[in-house]
Amino acid sequence: MSKENVISKKEPFARMVKRDHISVGKAWAIRLIAVALSLVVAALVIVAITKQNPIEVYLGIIDGAVGSNRRIWVTIREMMVLLCIAIGLTPAFKMKFWNIGAEGQILMGGTAAAAMMIYFGEKMPNWLLLVVIFVVSGLAGLIWGVIPAIFKAYFNTNETLFTLMLNYVAMQIVTFCIVFWENPSGSNTVGIINAATKGGWFPTIFGNAYTLNVIIVLIITLVVYIYMKYSKQGYEISVVGESQNTARYAGIDVKKVIIRTMMISGAICGIAGAVIVSGASHTISTSTAGGRGFTAIIVAWMSKFNPLAMILVSGFLVFMQQGSIQVASQFGLNENASDIITGILLFFLIGCEFFINYKLEFRKKGEK
Amino acid sequence: METGNAIELKGVTKRFGDVIANDNVNLTVRKGEILSILGENGSGKTTLMNMLSGIYFPDEGEVYVDGKEVTIRSPKDSFALGIGMIHQHFKLINILTAAENIILGLPGKEKLNMKQVEKEIRELTEQYGFDLNPSQKIYDMSVSQKQTVEIVKVLYRGADILILDEPTAVLTPQETEKLFAVLRNMRKAGKSIIIITHKLNEVLELSDRVAVLRKGKYIDTVETAKATVESLTEMMVGEKVKLDINRTEPVGAEKRIEMRGITCKNKEGLKVLTEASFTAYSGEILGVAGISGSGQKELLESVAGLQPIESGEILYFSPEGTTEKISEMKAEDIKNLGITLSFVPEDRLGMGLVGSMDLTDNMMIRSYKEGRHFFADRKSPKKLAEDIVEKLDVVTPGVDTPVSRLSGGNVQKILVGREIASNPTVLMVAYPVRGLDINSSYTIYNLLNDQKKKGVAVICVGEDLDVLLELCDKILVLNSGKVAGIVDARTTTKEKLGLMMTGLTEDKNE
Repeated sequence: MSKENVISKKEPFARMVKRDHISVGKAWAIRLIAVALSLVVAALVIVAITKQNPIEVYLGIIDGAVGSNRRIWVTIREMMVLLCIAIGLTPAFKMKFWNIGAEGQILMGGTAAAAMMIYFGEKMPNWLLLVVIFVVSGLAGLIWGVIPAIFKAYFNTNETLFTLMLNYVAMQIVTFCIVFWENPSGSNTVGIINAATKGGWFPTIFGNAYTLNVIIVLIITLVVYIYMKYSKQGYEISVVGESQNTARYAGIDVKKVIIRTMMISGAICGIAGAVIVSGASHTISTSTAGGRGFTAIIVAWMSKFNPLAMILVSGFLVFMQQGSIQVASQFGLNENASDIITGILLFFLIGCEFFINYKLEFRKKGEK
Repeated sequence: METGNAIELKGVTKRFGDVIANDNVNLTVRKGEILSILGENGSGKTTLMNMLSGIYFPDEGEVYVDGKEVTIRSPKDSFALGIGMIHQHFKLINILTAAENIILGLPGKEKLNMKQVEKEIRELTEQYGFDLNPSQKIYDMSVSQKQTVEIVKVLYRGADILILDEPTAVLTPQETEKLFAVLRNMRKAGKSIIIITHKLNEVLELSDRVAVLRKGKYIDTVETAKATVESLTEMMVGEKVKLDINRTEPVGAEKRIEMRGITCKNKEGLKVLTEASFTAYSGEILGVAGISGSGQKELLESVAGLQPIESGEILYFSPEGTTEKISEMKAEDIKNLGITLSFVPEDRLGMGLVGSMDLTDNMMIRSYKEGRHFFADRKSPKKLAEDIVEKLDVVTPGVDTPVSRLSGGNVQKILVGREIASNPTVLMVAYPVRGLDINSSYTIYNLLNDQKKKGVAVICVGEDLDVLLELCDKILVLNSGKVAGIVDARTTTKEKLGLMMTGLTEDKNE
């Protein structure tokens, strides 16, 4: 092959080729390699910035997340909240309605729960109060979710901006309420609500304060899974999400589906707010949602909207988050150090999907 | 010029995953000839040409241009070698003039001398007999004028080898003639021209030689003079195919759909359908012809209840003798009345089907609402999907495969199969064989004919006038949103239809 070439002599070094299919085993092998690689890279970063032994840092993370009975339960509690929000987002996202307003829907649900606890804490039996809390916080989230849906359905407004802006409105409403609910007055916080009577608190079941959180969230997960997969309404959601033209062709009332789905999505996020307030923090502040409305978007997407995968993904994220708190105190680092590790892990995990969908073909040896 | 090969491909192979798009293809293009590349959809014609134009890179094989081995890594390399490709979908900027589009991306001096450029373009267009005004804006142009701009763009860059991907798909018969005249002029000037097509008549009329591809494999190149429609079809398909459509006389025609003076506007408020009227009878196939975008889509969608109507009315006459005004109804309301109106839309995966869903779920689009249950019934749709796969020979790994993974022909069989399964009284199909291979096309024609024999009123929008003339009983011609006339398909001619489509005739055979 010594012919004179007109332009360049070499074929490209590497080319992307789309894979047609990949075996499940191979796909998981790629993911495992990604995790291993990310741990190596994270270790290098740890050594470079903190001069700590990376293995000890890793052990610290594990210890922080599941090192004791109490830590395990805190991890589970946080995981359930994240899972609940991700499940709430699923119907909306399946419909390609980009609901990034979970923060606001959680806050509204949480505020409603706090209001019920404050005003009816001593006036109702606890089981009735809990039912009221769920209904009212669900309604609050529903309202916060349905407002952008109505505007989207009738005026085709951009739901991303709309839901995002409503987050800030919700925060201001919380701030406004704190003024009335201040305890002790002047502290500018609500404090622990009904600390003495535990009115509206989730009861201790099987000796654990968080059993009800787990039960509620798992029931919601199961119901949403069945709803999305087997019901006519779930089918309508998928069709609307894939193509509104097809939906109209099939005789689906697109407006109705958008509004109905966002009512469901908002209501579940509102209930997540009740689970946080009634089931865990027993207080309300502007940081009650704490960015989990956004983290849940990652959970939902990484799981490809599969509720089972969501349990795993939310577990993983919360595990890293809880571990980071431990690492921060143990090694005198701040929590950002662990965020870096989480970030590296996520980068590799998301990045490896490329290698699951594509393969690279390199220039053959021997060719010049 | 006799001896030189403009392009020579040796053993070129290209794979996409497990699919082999081109398998060891050898091809030569001589200087100063028109070579047709003929093959069914999915036979790898476009992939092969995309490798010449630098969009794809071959996995194996060698490419020679003017007798020298070359490596084409990007469209830039391809231009440098004098290869220019005119794609099926134009890549022009609407708000710029023809001349501005032509020089776009070319290196030049700081100061742009538009007059000089336009002068050069005029010289080019005069040389080859193009009809082009360099200072006209693209948005003012017809499809055929836009195509001219694309061709001139390539010539202006000094291309000696032109590749045209299905250039006549969007043209009327008259425009096609004009294009062919220009191409012949270019051949005279020593350019090599490659035309990708699947229209056999055009191949025979225009080209010097024909190269045939079948399922990614190179079959042979033959002299056009020695080829016939039958011999080429056999090469394309690999077996003898009967190319007859069995048209029967309509029996017991009854009025089924009557459209009276329908006017529709698009989102921009422009009239896309003006005062359109027609009547469709049972047991008849009514063809709809027209340049693409003349209101065909709106015509069908307004009957289907998917298009907001400005004025006019549409009446449905049921076989039982009742009359319903369906022009103010939505698709759902029409269905609730018990009117079985089937519709195979132009946009198969964007309207008729959901690409990411499997066959069963796609059957459910029509039936999921049945029953009062909260949960959807998946059993009978699954049964229907299996029936269609079996009856229409759909090639699919199973009914759980997403339809987007099937080939165009199989997608269409599923869609048509589902629409026919509901025993419609009216069946509307838009471009039913677009993208289908010959065998699948004839399967679809036969299905339409079967429906006609069963007494269904069939409305068929088509682009291949030859087929419409053979298949339909009557043909409605649209010209920019107006009904130019309804003619008898048995007595009219292609030329007459072409003239009606462009509005160059006063002739109305209503």
